Amino acid sequence: MTDHDSKVDETPSPGQGRAGEGTSHVPPPAAGAAGTEWPLWEVFVRSKSGLDHKHCGSLHAADPKMAIQLARDVYTRRQEGTSVWVVRSDQIVASDPGDKAMYFDPAEDKVYRHPTFYQLPGAVDHM
Amino acid sequence: MYTQAMDTAGKADDGQKKLRSTEEVELQRRFDERIDDGQFIEAKDWMPDHYRKTLVRQISQHAHSEIVGMLPEGNWITRAPTLKRKAILLAKVQDEAGHGLYLYSAAETLGTSRDEMLDALHSGKAKYSSIFNYPTLTWADMGAIGWMVDGAAIMNQVPICRCSYAPYARAMIRICREESFHQRQGFEALLTMMQNGTQAQKDMVQDAVNRWWWPSVMMFGPPDDQSPNSAQSMRWGIKRVSNDELRARYIDAAVEQAKVLGVTLPDPALKWNEARQHHDHGPIDWSEFWRVIGGDGPCNRERLGARVKAWDDGAWVREAALAHANKQATYKEAA
Repeated sequence: MTDHDSKVDETPSPGQGRAGEGTSHVPPPAAGAAGTEWPLWEVFVRSKSGLDHKHCGSLHAADPKMAIQLARDVYTRRQEGTSVWVVRSDQIVASDPGDKAMYFDPAEDKVYRHPTFYQLPGAVDHM
Repeated sequence: MYTQAMDTAGKADDGQKKLRSTEEVELQRRFDERIDDGQFIEAKDWMPDHYRKTLVRQISQHAHSEIVGMLPEGNWITRAPTLKRKAILLAKVQDEAGHGLYLYSAAETLGTSRDEMLDALHSGKAKYSSIFNYPTLTWADMGAIGWMVDGAAIMNQVPICRCSYAPYARAMIRICREESFHQRQGFEALLTMMQNGTQAQKDMVQDAVNRWWWPSVMMFGPPDDQSPNSAQSMRWGIKRVSNDELRARYIDAAVEQAKVLGVTLPDPALKWNEARQHHDHGPIDWSEFWRVIGGDGPCNRERLGARVKAWDDGAWVREAALAHANKQATYKEAA
């Protein structure tokens, strides 16, 4: 379950079929021998009001209504949520793990973006 | 519940393929480095083919076990002795369905489809935990399964929460969080009978314990020296603790719990070994284990038959739901 890009990339191998790689990415057809598998949906749950929806897993359902119903049954059996979102997995665009360093490392040496970078006199340090 | 280290598939050859290019050698090096560093592997990260195959096999077997595992307990839902026990059993069986679904989804992130996995189960190609091929003869079996079988499953599963493959680890964290209720309700059901029950009820509990003990001990899989794939799985961080070590921990815990319950475990050789800091136990009948895994347990045909029938009987529902969805989508487009 649970990887929010789970079915975005059917055959994860280098340089092939990476999700989020331009608009040429075609969602995989419903798999299975007869092509009758229900599509895959990603599930997001708001654990209580005031908090964000958070990704918690995925499931197969024929249509949006069924996806919501099944999300309730599969992911909120113990009051884990007050609201659920579902979205077709093939509609999610994800960053490429190969671009991880290029995308995210540049923030690493920008310590001045954090308040703790600035040393202030004790009298005003609660600022 | 219910993963089982079976090491039945995965012949050596698919692991020994020659690496093809320098690019692949470099990818492999980086992968090994991340494993050694204790990092997680995500769905879209590069991984060796054999790592992927091993995980697909293990996670799908685990998922199948959850789904087949609903059958022996489902057998008692309509016959639970009180409304309270019935509600508990229903909740537990529903949890097993949920666990199966978490795990199928985790396996799908590796590029296999739900239908492929189900097909492997229904055709007998894929295995599931040997434990579900034993019959549930009395109400006490519901308690014994909760206490002993789920207990063994928890022992097996907790280390998988740290599995190197992150989608599997996340599914396991969710499952383990829910699993503790399963074991506790089983123990409590047995304890109620042992403390307040008639002699016949107490005998029924002891009989259930006698029948479930050895199959539960076998749930940890073959001994370490007969688990050829274990070393590779350990190396990859898929498996964290060896079969024999997990089994020893389980037996140690069960011995103490049996005392509280007031039952005996059906192994006269059980004895604390001060040097090993574990209990010694009698010989395990591995021929029975392989027989049950191989399809000749007491209920193999019945279990698989029930799954195949449910799948076949549900075909028109799946097709109708999809046809309805497609029709609705067409109307929407036209509007």
